[in-house]
Amino acid sequence: MNLHLFYRRWRSRIGPPRVDVPLLVALLLLIGTGLAVLHSAAAEQPRLVWSQAARMGAGLLALWVISRIPPQALRVWTPWLFAASLALLLLVPLFGTGRSGRHWLYLGLFYLQPSELLKLTVPLIVAAWLHARPLPPRWGSLAVCAALIGVPTALIAIQPDLGTALVVASSGAFVAFLGGMAWWRIGLLVSVAAAAAPLAWPFLREYHRKRFMTFLDPEADPLGAGWNIIQSKIAVGSGGLFGKGWGQGTQSRLEFLPEHTTDFIFAVLAEEFGLVGVLCVLALYLFVVARCLWIAMQARDTFSRLLAGAIGLTFLVYVLVNGGMVSGLLPVIGVPMPLLSYGGTSAVTLLAGFGIVMSVHAHRKLMRH
Amino acid sequence: MRPLRRQIKDHGAEAAQFRARAWLGLLATVVLLGVLGGRFWFLQVKSHQDFLARSEQNRIKPRPIVPARGLIFDRNGKLLADNVPAYRLEVVPEQVKDVEALLRELAAVLPLSEDELERFRAGYRAKRGFHPVPLKLRLSEAEVARFAVHRYRFPGVDVVPYLNRRYPYGDLFAHVVGYVGRIDADDMQSLDPVAYAGATHIGKGGIERHYESRLHGEVGFEQVEINAEGRSLRVLERQPARVGEHLTLSIDADLQQATVDAFQGQHGVAVAIDPRNGEVLAMVSLPSYDPNPFVNGIGRAEYAALLEAPARPLFNRVLMGGYEPGSTIKPILGLAGLELGLRRAEETTFSSGAFRLPGQEREYRDWRRGGHGHVDLKEALAQSVNTYFFQLAVDMGIDRLSTYAAQFGFGSPTGIDLPGEASGVLPSREWKHGRFAQPWYPGDTVNVGIGQGYWVATPLQLAQAVGMLAAGGKRHPLHLLAATQDGFDAARVPVPYAEPTESVVKNPANLAAVVEGMVAVMHGPTGSARAVALDAPYRIAGKTGTAQRVSRKTDQSLDPTKLEFSLRHQALFVAFAPADAPRIALMVVVEHGGSGTKAAAPVARRILDAWLLKNPT
Repeated sequence: MNLHLFYRRWRSRIGPPRVDVPLLVALLLLIGTGLAVLHSAAAEQPRLVWSQAARMGAGLLALWVISRIPPQALRVWTPWLFAASLALLLLVPLFGTGRSGRHWLYLGLFYLQPSELLKLTVPLIVAAWLHARPLPPRWGSLAVCAALIGVPTALIAIQPDLGTALVVASSGAFVAFLGGMAWWRIGLLVSVAAAAAPLAWPFLREYHRKRFMTFLDPEADPLGAGWNIIQSKIAVGSGGLFGKGWGQGTQSRLEFLPEHTTDFIFAVLAEEFGLVGVLCVLALYLFVVARCLWIAMQARDTFSRLLAGAIGLTFLVYVLVNGGMVSGLLPVIGVPMPLLSYGGTSAVTLLAGFGIVMSVHAHRKLMRH
Repeated sequence: MRPLRRQIKDHGAEAAQFRARAWLGLLATVVLLGVLGGRFWFLQVKSHQDFLARSEQNRIKPRPIVPARGLIFDRNGKLLADNVPAYRLEVVPEQVKDVEALLRELAAVLPLSEDELERFRAGYRAKRGFHPVPLKLRLSEAEVARFAVHRYRFPGVDVVPYLNRRYPYGDLFAHVVGYVGRIDADDMQSLDPVAYAGATHIGKGGIERHYESRLHGEVGFEQVEINAEGRSLRVLERQPARVGEHLTLSIDADLQQATVDAFQGQHGVAVAIDPRNGEVLAMVSLPSYDPNPFVNGIGRAEYAALLEAPARPLFNRVLMGGYEPGSTIKPILGLAGLELGLRRAEETTFSSGAFRLPGQEREYRDWRRGGHGHVDLKEALAQSVNTYFFQLAVDMGIDRLSTYAAQFGFGSPTGIDLPGEASGVLPSREWKHGRFAQPWYPGDTVNVGIGQGYWVATPLQLAQAVGMLAAGGKRHPLHLLAATQDGFDAARVPVPYAEPTESVVKNPANLAAVVEGMVAVMHGPTGSARAVALDAPYRIAGKTGTAQRVSRKTDQSLDPTKLEFSLRHQALFVAFAPADAPRIALMVVVEHGGSGTKAAAPVARRILDAWLLKNPT
């Protein structure tokens, strides 16, 4: 009885539970698909499926919790969240660990990848900044945005983790884009960036250069650097229209396809479920992005709107970069396929991001009144 | 406040602006996801067949099944070449990171010789794909067990069963059966890579080499599903190998052994054939060697010792040895005299002990000082009277002599089913001109009349020629293969023998006269080898021969036993028996044995006894 009273009081304080059911269903369908493909891809290690399911559970919990938090509150906390995540990121070069560079912080109980937090705090801080500024943003305001985006991106890129850096940068950039940044400014920035890109070449790590050259000509070293791309394309292509069937993918089962539980899991899906499976999943992704944009349009507050829209478009970046890599359209960059790839932190961050979208959705009417 | 706020924020305009950008974002999302979907369509529908094929190539590898090699039997079904199950240690190079470290650790578990390591490293350098490289062959049971205990420490190293070739008779048949050896780089050049896929051994000499294609069998294949590490997971399809043909030789293992025993430790050659069909019954080249160490690669030192041994055990005297035929040629020249109408059998020639060409000083000597007096063909053969044949050769002339001898197969290979047969030398005007750019001198003809002076015959040629005398002048081509068997369940199929040639003898009475002379050699009161045939229960037709290593210029006689060993004469003997219905014809050379009568004839007698007393029909 006491508990019930407590619940009613708590409910009246943070508002009615209104998650967006269509978006939630789409996410759950993607998670289910991911676990099913993982079950096949990790045939030798069945426990991977359970640990992934547990992570997804944690992610959904985060989604639910965050969806309770009103955007205004989030906006107030944003500077602190951003500062904290940036501080953790700065600790990585000092105390971090990792296989190919320093990515992880050990926090006594678990490993944390601070760069993942930035995937949320960067759009938050940019949206909060633009929320308080007249839109469309001018150079002065954009310069602040550039700093807010650029510093964490650079810190992540030198770890080195180009994939996450790319996602973090684009999440911030989408906020500016949705904020109405003038086309001529966008054009100017893009041209300057394109002109400066070759200058970055000497600063890239050897293996990044190799990956890029391999992307240009994978057959040059089919057993070495080109192996991943070639085997991935073989997996995808051999799947055909309807696929080889669940658990029948020879490329992954016989381990010709490397990283088949993580970065290349979409190739496993393509091999086992064919083009039909690929198009179904891409349709789900499209629905998720569209739904986020739709929710953003319903929001009446600039902060919420920019944030929800940017989170949706960032989700698209994951899909495009990973899908492009798996199908040989883009070089090998370590970006997971959202909600499909095995791996903890990114799944939790993603679902937490959708928690923000859910919160925007839940509080749209409150804002209106 | 209000105007100021308007300047800063226009909520309506911002929302509209956002909506426009959001729609744009959605459009971009649709387009980009469409491009991605199109890419997958291109890969999965447009290029599907291509990628499907590549995926199958990835996963399915054909693996050869090496056929078991055909076995080799003697005429009585005794096994001359066998396959023995054995185990070998193999290394899959792809699964080994540091080979030298692996070898060091392995050496602590199994002894690895320098030869084995050297051969492995050579094989490792020439590795191809996922093919394993053999490291140690013929593991003992204890070694297999010891490795099994430590196996977990050596990924990529495995004990694999295989069939090891074994020659149960050791050195007895080395020069007949030959041996198989590991396929080397030279073999690879000429081999069909499909037929020899997975094969490790190939016939290197003798029957093993000559009948390689029959013994090898047909390679089988299985389609194996493999994973990225190359480990095979399951067999999808299997086409079994076909075992090589089993070969039955005409050779008789007991006679072969008896022939070796007959030499009583001396070096030399013997070939025994059945004159009725050309079957080789025994074929011995002494000393011999054990072919078994060659199968898996003989050690360097061991090989050097064989190679440098003064008696040359690796040299196949039967096939490649060349001997001056000496007096063993006299029956054929005697026959030529009769056939060409130069002599009648009863016609005599006077032997004074020394023969001189008209107008020349040089003397050609008889072996008996003072000569043999008047001798007809029978006596000339029985006592081996040189003068008779000196005169005959001069009367015949080198051209007719050479042509006639060629009819008995001299100067060309017999065509026996063994590789590497020499052709010997049948001297002729053209041969001498081509070889030495010198004209033929009459004195050369005199020497050729007693089988000397340039004449080189191979043991096979001598056996074939004496076989022709035994077979009424017909030539039955020599051969070893008697029957084949296509798998153990199949029947043994006799090999059809080649038809004999037309008899070279025009008048059988001439041949009979010659045979009478050869019988007189053994059984006549003056016969040069009569001591050897004294108690023989069958009649022998034979002829001794002693090829000189040093020429005798004066009339002092040489005692061959007092000469330096390597300068002693080659003792030759040819014979067939029983004289009236020959079942065996043979030739014997005892190297450095002194005279044919004393050294070679007794060996021949022991061989004849071994065959004829044991096989009365």
